[in-house]
Amino acid sequence: MRPFEQIVADYGPVVLRVCRAVLGPVDAEDAWSETFLAALKAYPDLPGDANVEAWLVTIAHRKAIDATRARARGPVAVAAPPERPAATGRPEQWDGDLWAALRELPAKQRAAVAYHYLAGLPYKEIAAITGGSTDAARRAAADGIRRLRATYPLSTSDEGGTR
Amino acid sequence: MTSSSDPGAERLFASLPPNDDDAHARLHARLVEAAQREGVLDIGYRTIDSPVGPLLLAATEAGLVRVAYAREDHDGVLAGLAAAVSPRILNAPARLDAVARQLDEYFARTRQHFDLRLDLRLSKGFRRQVLAHLPEIGYGRTESYAQVATASGSPKAVRAVGTACATNPLPIVVPCHRVVRSDGSFGGYVGGPETKRALLDLEGVA
Repeated sequence: MRPFEQIVADYGPVVLRVCRAVLGPVDAEDAWSETFLAALKAYPDLPGDANVEAWLVTIAHRKAIDATRARARGPVAVAAPPERPAATGRPEQWDGDLWAALRELPAKQRAAVAYHYLAGLPYKEIAAITGGSTDAARRAAADGIRRLRATYPLSTSDEGGTR
Repeated sequence: MTSSSDPGAERLFASLPPNDDDAHARLHARLVEAAQREGVLDIGYRTIDSPVGPLLLAATEAGLVRVAYAREDHDGVLAGLAAAVSPRILNAPARLDAVARQLDEYFARTRQHFDLRLDLRLSKGFRRQVLAHLPEIGYGRTESYAQVATASGSPKAVRAVGTACATNPLPIVVPCHRVVRSDGSFGGYVGGPETKRALLDLEGVA
């Protein structure tokens, strides 16, 4: 069994991308932290032949559902949090437009897009995580991508060179 | 990482950096802190530079459990700890702060013995008895394998003393380098004979 540090190094970045895609930048870091703490606790019992990435995404998916429920119960998050001084010098080095477009997708589509295109999981694995059939997962990802193409401005300018 | 067969969709995400090192470092630190707080960080480790090369230091909650030279292969040592103790292992430098400081002082010749909690679980039976005796050999002094065998209660177990020293999980801190051959030559060492000589030179052994 690999030391857990190796798991964090190998899969930490991709799980962060998935959390950001599914939850947005504000809640993503909490979800990442809860995911890896839960994974650390359960790690000694993980079967040796398990797909570690799918396992982590499964945990992250549950944490995302918890976070979404908590948010629904709690105070409504403002669309743009007040600006704070940047601690890192690069407070937002990802593409804000893309994350905004992702946020507009229905939850099922957003999850299918993130797990397939960011985590690289096959639709069969995604169906096991989100529930439903493999075909439904494939359809959700395809619908999500089609909608993203329509709402995410950079994708058209990349192809048309209009900027 | 992405295994998609749709190049158009790939382009959608092309602007995303695959890694966000600042966020990763921040989240890693947060994970270590939470794991420590909840008592699920079974082994914390760090590496330090030293005059005898990079050293891997690893500690359980009970104390320092492993010191390893580069020639022992640090990745292999961590894999061994995962198998022998627990795979709940994280790079957690703060847990090793006291160890790192005392080793610095030792190499700067301002410290002659270590005051650390030790976790000797990697060593069993007679080997453990041998290791328990070694700190009694004073700084700058040496004992022969035969003397150590006698002090450990088994005068005939000279070869076993050699094995105990060769498999010492806590070199430097448990000073197996102070055990030498009866004829005065240095004998083998887990960190290599040149390292053994360097440590004895440091301690002023003629």
